[in-house]
Amino acid sequence: MSLLSNPAQIAQRATDSLQLKRRNDVWGTTFKVCLFALTAFAILFLAVLIGVMVVDGWPVLSNRLSVFLSQGFSQRSAGDAGVWQGIIGSLQIALTTAIFAVPIGVATAVYLVEYAEGSRFARVVELNIRNLAGVPSIVYGLLGLTVFVKTLSGLTQGKTVLAGGMTLAAMVLPIVVITSVEALKAVPSGIREAAYGVGATKWEVVAHQVLPASMSTILTGTVLSLARALGEAAPLILVGAATGFLSFGDANFMETFTGPFTALPVLIFNFARQPGEDWSANAAAASVIILVLILMINGTAIYWRNRLEKKW
Amino acid sequence: MTPLNAEDLRTAPGRRARSAGARWLFLFASIATIGVSCLIVWTIASEAWTFASQVEGSQLQTIGWFPRRGMFDLSTLLVNSAQISVVAMLVAVPSGLAAAVYLSEYAHPKTRRVIKPTLELLASVPSVVLGVFAISFITPAVLSRFFEDINFFNKLAAGIAVGLLVIPLIASISEDALRAVPMALREAASGLGARKVTTTLRVVLPAAVSGLMAAIIVGFSRAIGETMVVTIASGGGDTSLFDLSLQESGGTITSAMAALGFGTDQVAGNDLAFQSLYFLGALLFLITLGLNFIGNAVVRRMQERY
Repeated sequence: MSLLSNPAQIAQRATDSLQLKRRNDVWGTTFKVCLFALTAFAILFLAVLIGVMVVDGWPVLSNRLSVFLSQGFSQRSAGDAGVWQGIIGSLQIALTTAIFAVPIGVATAVYLVEYAEGSRFARVVELNIRNLAGVPSIVYGLLGLTVFVKTLSGLTQGKTVLAGGMTLAAMVLPIVVITSVEALKAVPSGIREAAYGVGATKWEVVAHQVLPASMSTILTGTVLSLARALGEAAPLILVGAATGFLSFGDANFMETFTGPFTALPVLIFNFARQPGEDWSANAAAASVIILVLILMINGTAIYWRNRLEKKW
Repeated sequence: MTPLNAEDLRTAPGRRARSAGARWLFLFASIATIGVSCLIVWTIASEAWTFASQVEGSQLQTIGWFPRRGMFDLSTLLVNSAQISVVAMLVAVPSGLAAAVYLSEYAHPKTRRVIKPTLELLASVPSVVLGVFAISFITPAVLSRFFEDINFFNKLAAGIAVGLLVIPLIASISEDALRAVPMALREAASGLGARKVTTTLRVVLPAAVSGLMAAIIVGFSRAIGETMVVTIASGGGDTSLFDLSLQESGGTITSAMAALGFGTDQVAGNDLAFQSLYFLGALLFLITLGLNFIGNAVVRRMQERY
């Protein structure tokens, strides 16, 4: 090997070694490819999942979609079964969940961020919220069964949409609080200070400045958490969603809030438990419907969140 | 004309009262969230205590979990829960960590903007749908090729499906941990001539290791608490015989709870069957709480470092 005597030679050597290295970096390339493959595995799985559901549910989706969507649940024959009651039940439950979880969740977040930041009380509430977020959904079902179905039966009339919605509200409450806290913390303090500077009270700062400024983020977070409630079956089974035949009779829409109920994921679970090809086609078709519903809601929320992301 | 005094500059009493009232409302809401925790603990503790004080030791060590016949073999459920969660982690940890490393270290911002929302959509797939996927695809189309006499309902498929469910959770927590590693560490490594892969493996990953551990712990806790996938794919019945084979069906803590819950007023047979539901709930609550507590503590330690 010759001695490097002038700058041109040194530069040449440096370039050579860089090129050599890039070409020979087998380990680095392998690593990168492996990472990409494992990431792609997760994405691919979503595609396979949707594909399998559509293919399996195709006999139902292509032949009797309108009947499937409008018919009630029947356990007698797979050919008559529909998901109408499940869709109605799920939407009613989501509505009830929102009515209970959103005001309490957002108000808690406001208290934590605007009133009690850094206090011991706030730390206790935050720790509690974090722990609640990790409690498995089926445990909320026990809460719903004991408290909302039995203890509060005067209010909820037992195993009803109201009891189911309140149970899921307790379940999504921590998520609503956590996303709202993040949204409120993202509002720059300059906005608050400017409002105080012109003489606003604390309530006016919160209601007229901070909440409107963070509303879009709070809303998308809330929608995402409601989508989670929409897909949840375990707590509803404990709370007593009907897993068998369910008749609304001639009850009007309001009365169905306090009557026996079922939900889309509970119906899917039910279809999946029945033996036979026809029932598994029903389960797959109902899965497609809930996937479309949830992916649509979530896709919109995620899209809006990414678009609305404010750069203060 | 009289000079202004402090009284003139004060906020009008109505506005002040409204502000004070709002404060109380917000306070009540945050107390309500603590109330939810207290209610959970109270409901499960009281019934679980009834079970624990009335059950006999011999009932807890039998050939399996047959609540309606008074056989409450906890080890059956605990072992099945552990087996399924371990299988789930074998699926979820490599893919979740790889996705996190890829997103945080390698992905072009444009790729990132596609992959990240897709992972979020993946996280929103309802668990019942994954259960259906397990019995309509994972078992018949994949597993039955490798294992000839695999049971239609089996723990292996349940574990794989739970793992798929946990991938986005692990990916998201790990990515946060990796992004919390200061850029200066990466720049210093590159400045010393380290390749990208060396920087990632020797500098970034060790710096974020506590966050990655936390992601795995939280993921494990989520896997143990998952109910519907296991109920559909493995523990459909409300009874299960003790069996270590992954190719056989078996109920977990959660699926046994769901099975006891189908029409809760129909819990017949042994008197303690209904209370056992709450006892299992208490067990599950303690296990997940413990895991999450450790996970949160590890995350906090990581946050303090940088």
